[in-house]
Amino acid sequence: MSDFDLSVIADNLPFLWQGLQLSLFLTLLAIVGGIILGTVLALMRLSGFAPLSLFAAAYVNLIRSVPLILVIFWFYFLVPLALGRPIGGFYSALIAFVMFEAAYYSEIIRAGIQSIRKGQVHAGQATGLSYWQIQRYVVLPQAFRNMIPILVTQGIILFQDTSLVFVVSLRDFMTVSSIVARTEGRLAEMYVFAALVYFVICFAGSLLVRHLQKAKTA
Amino acid sequence: MITITDISKWYGSFQVLADCTTAVEKGEVVVVCGPSGSGKSTLIKCVNGLEPVQKGSINVEGIEVTDKSTNLTKLRARIGMVFQHFELYPHMSVRENLCLAQEKVLRRSRDEANAKAEALIDRVGLLPHIEKHPGQLSGGQQQRVAISRALAMDPIAMLFDEPTSALDPEMINEVLDVMVELAQDGMTMMVVTHEMGFARKVADRVVFMDDGRIVEDRVTDQFFDHPESERAQDFLGKILNH
Amino acid sequence: MNYNWNWSVLFEEEYLGWLISGVGWTFAVALVAWVLALAVGVLVGVGRTLPSKPVAFICTAYVELFRNVPLLVQLFLWYFVVPEIVPDDMGRWLKRDLPNPEYVTAVIGLGLYTASRVAEQVRAGINAVGSGLTNAAYANGFSTAQTYRYVLLPISFRLIVPPMTSEFLTIFKNSSLALTIGLLELTAQSQQIAEYTFQGFEAFTAATVIYVVIALGATLIAQLLEKHTRIPGFVGKA
Repeated sequence: MSDFDLSVIADNLPFLWQGLQLSLFLTLLAIVGGIILGTVLALMRLSGFAPLSLFAAAYVNLIRSVPLILVIFWFYFLVPLALGRPIGGFYSALIAFVMFEAAYYSEIIRAGIQSIRKGQVHAGQATGLSYWQIQRYVVLPQAFRNMIPILVTQGIILFQDTSLVFVVSLRDFMTVSSIVARTEGRLAEMYVFAALVYFVICFAGSLLVRHLQKAKTA
Repeated sequence: MITITDISKWYGSFQVLADCTTAVEKGEVVVVCGPSGSGKSTLIKCVNGLEPVQKGSINVEGIEVTDKSTNLTKLRARIGMVFQHFELYPHMSVRENLCLAQEKVLRRSRDEANAKAEALIDRVGLLPHIEKHPGQLSGGQQQRVAISRALAMDPIAMLFDEPTSALDPEMINEVLDVMVELAQDGMTMMVVTHEMGFARKVADRVVFMDDGRIVEDRVTDQFFDHPESERAQDFLGKILNH
Repeated sequence: MNYNWNWSVLFEEEYLGWLISGVGWTFAVALVAWVLALAVGVLVGVGRTLPSKPVAFICTAYVELFRNVPLLVQLFLWYFVVPEIVPDDMGRWLKRDLPNPEYVTAVIGLGLYTASRVAEQVRAGINAVGSGLTNAAYANGFSTAQTYRYVLLPISFRLIVPPMTSEFLTIFKNSSLALTIGLLELTAQSQQIAEYTFQGFEAFTAATVIYVVIALGATLIAQLLEKHTRIPGFVGKA
């Protein structure tokens, strides 16, 4: 405990920063992709058209039943096979995250859409708005406004989830920390440091969520 | 203008409407009343196809609402509707509430829609509130905005689904006044309401419903002075005696 | 897509054995960690709602700490770091004599992490019961402990059956992280089969199907539980 060597962190700061950038970048892209695909899945699920809603329900429930690590393994294996050529670890990971997170986002978005009263849809219909216009101008804006805190919470979870690309050695913050830990023989320093960095970012995120929730109820 | 012929509707095995037949002529005001659960709200929602019916037909200005091939969206744009819980879009200002369908459905220009919105909001005395959001208005004000939103589409008829039953008592009259004015201007109206004073004042006919059936469909004075059915007598006795 | 299908590989004795062993470890980690998570999570969750400021603070700190660090990092801390920073004798024991250290670490790490999530559900359930009933209980002359024992906990435990089901499924899924410290549970075994046989499709399908069956089973049990414990006509504010 007494011989905590902080210089190992300082010496490797640029390398660690690169890893953190990759983590944040992957998180951001996966959030955007996950929300878009999740919205599509949620609308399919609520469409009332049986083939679409059954497909969406099956997809969401399948993905939600399996561990993220297994999904990552799946896409690392499937994506190059389907495309006939390797496209690099980052893109495989990104596809895996988008496909995985979309299932979770779609459940959040579905609940958000369902929280909008049916009367709002009726009001839109009564003035002759089409199905898409009602979704676009009436339902989704209200639903997303209500969902912002929980979407941010899911974003924080997603950021933590990105650490799992460690299992395919993609150089995110976690992998990079562990590389430094092993090569320098400083496991304690590096893992405590990694925990601290993750904690600061995620805790700041959860404070933001709390602020958003207060703003919403005020 | 609105002809309802023999319609029936079920929720699962529960029948909410049973062989209902009635009509609303152009310029006529028809009040639909009856105890809660009698199917009156369901009936009015069938008129513009918000609720589908399983049997019978509804015809609005020569258009079959119940026909599967009918473009309901187009029809609804021409019939205004006012809801019990206002259903203003909470994320939009009063102005945006009035302009949305004008621009997206009728394809009016922004200026044209705005001019219409301002004129209508002014008529119900709420012009100073036009940039506010619905949540910042009282219930009575919200319902007046909702009426204006429906009128902005230049409807050929207006449907009112219990427009005052979610309001505090002191706000009911400000909404009824707007409706009376509308009736006097010759608007075709179908109104589900418990406000018998309003019915007596402006309705041409009263439709009384119970248990999903139309029990009475009479000229207003006859309905109030000589209700035929026991259930209508009972209902009037309860609602007028306090 | 060029791929040589060979489903029979899953039934070759060696690989079938790997799968079965993987399922066994997945259950062993998830179930024991769940018991730990429930015990700690209920205590911490109740603690957060108590009137005592210091207790509520400590419990809140627990939740924030365990919730805001990725589970993977927590596992590494338990596995690599804790033996280094405890007193020397204990560290030596942890490193040399602790039987099956990967398993014990996985259970502790996963259990304490999940406890923070369970605690949040418990707290939400208690809050959903509402202050009206709490006040009614106090007005009846119940002590704080009695109010929790007879009013808040019985109601909130019923309310949180659905979210707890999803936590229970999550602990099965999260048990796959144990592979990062070398425990060969189901996901690890399927990956290993894929590497040995080059039949990734078959191997991952097998694991996927098993996880889906576990999820279906747990959901079914939860639905029965929910039906069994439902209070007629009561809807919480959750």
